[in-house]
Amino acid sequence: MSQSPENKKGQVETTGHVWDGDLREYNNPLPRWWLWGFYGTIIFAIVYWILYPAWPYADTYTKGVATVSFQTPVLDKEGQPVKAADGTVEMHTKTEHWNSRALFYQEMQTSPSALAQQEWLAKVKDMSFEQIAANPDTLNFANSMGHALFGDHCAACHGTGGQGVLSMNPEASYPNLTDNAWIHGGDYTKIVQDMTNGIQGNMPAFGALFKGEKLTDLAQYVLSLSHQPGVNEEAANRGKASFATCAGCHGANGTGNQMIGAPNLTDKIWDFVDVTGAPTIEGKLKLVEGVIDHGLQHQMPKFSDRLTPEQIRLLAVYVRQLGGT
Amino acid sequence: MSLVDLTEQEPELYQARDPIHPKSIKGRFRTFKTSVLVLAYAIFFLLPWVRWERVVGPNQAVMFDIPTRRYYLFDLVIHPQDMFLLAGFLILAAWLLFFVTGMVGRAFCGYFCFQTLWTDVFMKVEQWIQGDRNKRLKLEKQGWNAEKVLKKGATVLVWTLIAFWTGFTFTAYWVDAPHLFVSFFTGTAAQAAYMTTGILSLTTLVAAGFAREQVCIYMCPYARFQAVMFDKETLLVSYDAQRGEGANGRKPLQKGLMALEERHASGMGDCIDCKLCVQVCPTGIDIRDGLQLACISCGLCIDACDEIMTKRGWPTGLIRYASEQELDTGKKPSLLKFRTIGYGFATLLASALLIYGVLSIKPLDFSIQQIRQPLFVVMSDGSVQNNYELKINNKEQYALELELTVQGLNNAHVAIGGNFTTLDIPPDETRNYLIHIRAPRESGVSRQLITFKLTDKTGHLPVTESTTSFNFK
Repeated sequence: MSQSPENKKGQVETTGHVWDGDLREYNNPLPRWWLWGFYGTIIFAIVYWILYPAWPYADTYTKGVATVSFQTPVLDKEGQPVKAADGTVEMHTKTEHWNSRALFYQEMQTSPSALAQQEWLAKVKDMSFEQIAANPDTLNFANSMGHALFGDHCAACHGTGGQGVLSMNPEASYPNLTDNAWIHGGDYTKIVQDMTNGIQGNMPAFGALFKGEKLTDLAQYVLSLSHQPGVNEEAANRGKASFATCAGCHGANGTGNQMIGAPNLTDKIWDFVDVTGAPTIEGKLKLVEGVIDHGLQHQMPKFSDRLTPEQIRLLAVYVRQLGGT
Repeated sequence: MSLVDLTEQEPELYQARDPIHPKSIKGRFRTFKTSVLVLAYAIFFLLPWVRWERVVGPNQAVMFDIPTRRYYLFDLVIHPQDMFLLAGFLILAAWLLFFVTGMVGRAFCGYFCFQTLWTDVFMKVEQWIQGDRNKRLKLEKQGWNAEKVLKKGATVLVWTLIAFWTGFTFTAYWVDAPHLFVSFFTGTAAQAAYMTTGILSLTTLVAAGFAREQVCIYMCPYARFQAVMFDKETLLVSYDAQRGEGANGRKPLQKGLMALEERHASGMGDCIDCKLCVQVCPTGIDIRDGLQLACISCGLCIDACDEIMTKRGWPTGLIRYASEQELDTGKKPSLLKFRTIGYGFATLLASALLIYGVLSIKPLDFSIQQIRQPLFVVMSDGSVQNNYELKINNKEQYALELELTVQGLNNAHVAIGGNFTTLDIPPDETRNYLIHIRAPRESGVSRQLITFKLTDKTGHLPVTESTTSFNFK
């Protein structure tokens, strides 16, 4: 123990090892149970080897007897998930030797947070969009779920906050979802429909029809619709006649048509070319002329094969309120 | 000191524990130890069963609820963001330990440590079933006959019951106690409850029943570092060697050495070498060897020696609380020394900060975060909109009905996502809102500071404010 190393006779035990003729080592015995602790760790290690993956051999390793079970989609011969008649994916229980990936799958299905998510999903399943948005708690749920899905599926084009991309090349621009204009319509069912089926936006090229002065006049007229500063009224009046060609899609007043995705030209929002950001009227004219000249093709892929209808519904609630109402 | 070479025989590198059977003793320190023990046990074992009415949360006075991340202490509810209070509490405990140890030595070890308390109780059980020291030593020596099996078995059984109830009580601090009681014994409690109770029961049984002083000597870090806080004036349980040994050492009572005068005349000390101080020691040391690591400073040897001295009619205090300086020079320790003042001041400061921390817990936490993707957006009419994420955490036990107003922006239009007019926060809940603020563009201004004001319509709380910016471009 911690008392003086002397025994009752005033002697001290040494291990008998002697260095340099006179250096000796006291014998301070460890408590016996300390050794038991060491044996305990050996037993623990052996139990561990039996239960869990441990020893590498050749090109594999001992798998251990512990297992993890989780639900996984049934796959067909091509490796695609088998779907039932109503579109739901068929699941079956898979049991693997203990590994952290299987544990992760299991946790995503049976952890308290996963169960809470399932509970919320069941709660909003039969609610209308308006009902979801009118309750702070269900709206919170739709927003957090929607935000995560948006990050995975939409943010690559529309930006993490839905701010879109305004590029030098109008065909590499993606609409801003945080303003209050909806090119293709902003009610819930329309948003769901567009996300489910995708969007094909197509404005033909009018370069063959409008050239030189005529093209500039038309561009002047288009800019006058949203009262851009520096527009030449005279030129705009001349261009008004040409706008008849555009009116088929953009409407006689230029207010657009959400059914075919023709943007409103009378508001201050420019989703494909940065008219607001161009400092001079010449710059603005050039941007508009470019679109008339070359046309504008836009695709948004369909998400029905990546997202479940329920996920799309929640995503719609999230996207709908990004810009406010 | 002579060295014994062990090359001839194989040196024994491990030593088995020598069971210690302390004799029971009565006295001042035993009474104090028992009072602390009764008080500590009453608090520990009864506290989880005290009920406390709450609007939200468990109706248990003290409960540490991990799943909802709330610590309930009577009327105080500690949320995760207030966890710095725990750090404050631990700092206070550390300074208090330093303060006490600097003054009176290892008082924590001797009177308050749970290892000491539980070992004490387990020893009482041993004494109750197997008898006092002499009977226990005899039982230890005799073979495994029916009597020994019965007595040892009964002791371990009672220990196990106490250990189990200790583990169960500990678990009851983390869940609703009456509910746990029912579910535990019907086999429906959570796995974690069985694990916690099981591990705590086992460690209690091993530490208080079998390991005992081994915990203090080999496992406990506090035992090792508390001596660092000692100085020459720290009061320690000490043997007055000058008085006890005299000029010619200690000697048992014998003819010619019965009275103090006779002993002093022959140069013998006052210690009659009765070894009662060694027999009562729970860690099995001889205090007459001086200050040592294994001494937990419980004072039982003082009780033992005082009893003998009183019987002989000699002055007590041969073993007593005395500082090193007092034993050397007879100078009493002064409490007003740098170390006590410093530790005392730190203790007071930590307490003040902790009390301030508890009193200044905000009933309402709210944060307003301007959304930066995008920072601003032009709307169809040319006005500018900024979005904000508003997070409100109501820490009170009543619902809040808050009204949001925004100041500092001309012609601002404020909309709460979901078109809510008021922000209703249920008791002890957090809610997030998306706030849209729209204002006509102002020429030349790119950024403006605006203030969010939350007014509680129920009148419970004062108006809370937070300032952030609004970006026009």
